[in-house]
Amino acid sequence: MSKLFPQSANKLPLQIVIYLCVLAGLATAGVTYYMTPEYTRVGYAPVQPVPYSHALHVGQLGLDCRYCHSNVDKSGFANLPTAQTCMNCHNQVKKDSPALAVVRKSYETGEPVPWVQIHSVPDFVFFNHAVHVNRGVSCVECHGKVNEMEVVSHEKSMSMGFCLECHRNPATRVREPNDIFNLNSPTIAEKAGLQAGQKFVHDWKINPPQSCTGCHR
Amino acid sequence: MAHGHHAAAAPAILNEVKPAVLPRATLVEHNRDFAWITEKICGIIEGKTPTWWWVCFILACFVASFTVAGITYLVATGVGVWGHANPVNWAWDIVNFVFWIGIGHAGTLISAILCLLRQKWRTSINRAAEAMTIFAVVCAAIFPVFHVGRVWYAWYLFPIPNSNWIWQNFRSPLEWDVFAVSTYGTVSVLFWYVGLIPDLAVLRDRFYAAGNKLRSFLYGLFAMGWRGSNRHWSNYEMAYLILAGISTPLVLSVHTIVSFDFAVSLLPGWHTTIFPPYFVAGAIFSGFGMVLTLMLPLRAIYKMEDLITQYHIDCMCKITLATGTIVGYAYGMEFFIAWYGANPYEGFAFINRAFGHYAWAYWWMIGCNVITPQFFWFKAVRNNTTLVWVLSIFVNVGMWFERFVIIVTSLARDFLPSSWGYYSPSIVEVFTFFGTFGVFSVLFLLFIRFLPIMPMAEIKAVTPQADVHHGHDERTGFGDPVIREKHD
Repeated sequence: MSKLFPQSANKLPLQIVIYLCVLAGLATAGVTYYMTPEYTRVGYAPVQPVPYSHALHVGQLGLDCRYCHSNVDKSGFANLPTAQTCMNCHNQVKKDSPALAVVRKSYETGEPVPWVQIHSVPDFVFFNHAVHVNRGVSCVECHGKVNEMEVVSHEKSMSMGFCLECHRNPATRVREPNDIFNLNSPTIAEKAGLQAGQKFVHDWKINPPQSCTGCHR
Repeated sequence: MAHGHHAAAAPAILNEVKPAVLPRATLVEHNRDFAWITEKICGIIEGKTPTWWWVCFILACFVASFTVAGITYLVATGVGVWGHANPVNWAWDIVNFVFWIGIGHAGTLISAILCLLRQKWRTSINRAAEAMTIFAVVCAAIFPVFHVGRVWYAWYLFPIPNSNWIWQNFRSPLEWDVFAVSTYGTVSVLFWYVGLIPDLAVLRDRFYAAGNKLRSFLYGLFAMGWRGSNRHWSNYEMAYLILAGISTPLVLSVHTIVSFDFAVSLLPGWHTTIFPPYFVAGAIFSGFGMVLTLMLPLRAIYKMEDLITQYHIDCMCKITLATGTIVGYAYGMEFFIAWYGANPYEGFAFINRAFGHYAWAYWWMIGCNVITPQFFWFKAVRNNTTLVWVLSIFVNVGMWFERFVIIVTSLARDFLPSSWGYYSPSIVEVFTFFGTFGVFSVLFLLFIRFLPIMPMAEIKAVTPQADVHHGHDERTGFGDPVIREKHD
């Protein structure tokens, strides 16, 4: 019968191996870059109903995070402020600004401002804000420097690996209790070395769970 | 001295050594020649598709649809549709997995260990047995993959770096299982395929001569340019030998690791050191049961009596008898150790096995696995093909019950009486398992229709004609003395 495989087919096995390696490399690189939270979530900055600037209110005016997110150190859930909180100042300051029309309407009707949620963990993850901020974990660790953001964006990946990185090495991440809401503050390890961080973890009995049921209950 | 007295009668050193010449069994009856073997095996593929094949194929597809239905419902609804509940959280899924994986072991034993031990009788049955191995692994893989529930996360079984920073627990035998079974599947496919290459080339050439260009092209593609040159054969023999070497430990390791799934736990009834050899013997036992179940009808349908001789059936029956007896010994030894170890929980587990709520399953197991193979002691039984086939079915049934007994009875009566339970399969599990026989049959029917069911070249090599000294000398000149049969 006629030749099915020409002479050049002798090189096929090597070519196939090389192609497969290249293909596998490209697929791995593509999946690693495009299909992980580093790409799919970081940088998400939706347009909000009110052009509220954290850079102005926190960075320049010096509002504490807890002025608006008032239950973050008491509750598992970090609450958003009601329009009442905004109106504490804005019934005096810029009280006719068109940018605040949505807030004034909310204040009058009682309907909440339809903020667009940016940071969200899946339903099967139980994250408790109070536990973290009362044990040396600053807002900045997960939310980034919100005090410098004109528009809030998703700065950290918040993947499970992101959580575990800190749960496995809390000493590198913890801050003094006074520094938790100061987003420009250094960590204890940065200030006084890793051993000081480890001492804080020990003294404050910080024992982040690494078992599945720690977060997936 | 007594010694000296004897020396006078029979000298300590013989003048001439006359080794006893043991007759070797004929592996191809009726002195068939090479052309007959080629025609016989290729004829199955080249001939018209028989009606029985279509009937069986359609029936097999119908049965296989039960697995499709069961799995579709499972994926759409969740793993709760299976009958698992505390305390029996492993049941039919793992029973069926171990059942199918075990069946595959005969194929690997025939292809690897019997090859290294130069058991020439393997040639007639190894191709079909290897195919059986691969199809059994396919059926086995269905269960652990779908038992994870969210099947789209089944890739978590493999250590692939991911943004969740989840990593496999390499201390778990379940993870070893992933590697054992995937290695087993890969090596089995390679072994099977390498063995097929010369035969695919034969089919390529025959279809070309017959003017069927398409089939010639397809067989040619998979024959990968085989020309049968001396160099090809020498590379082929070496590749085959290396694969046999790689597969040999797999015969023992795969089911050893499957047994670790249980033995490494602390549950009475599972936590025993006898499990690895006991499981391996059971796997080979069940595998040979399945080989007999498949080969005997094939032999009858295709009139293969000259290629699968009574000697082949005898050999398979004897291996079934030997491994079945080992299994029976293991059953006895489990009870002995439970008594001798004086651990009340261990003792309870075994008493409960034999006389508890699942006693019916236990006695099915004993009946099929311990009593059935004992019939193979008798030549009259081995010579009765129908009876051998019926007994082989009982072996298959018994080995399924063995896994059920081990897994379910141990879990149903665990440490806490408050959590004791009784497991019954749900209809979804029954569908899924029943359907796997269809999946297996569909694959096996396609195999016998489109691929040579016996390795032609290897069978030719064990015929008298392949011996260069055939008809000239009693001795081959290369190795053992060979005595031919009278008709030779």
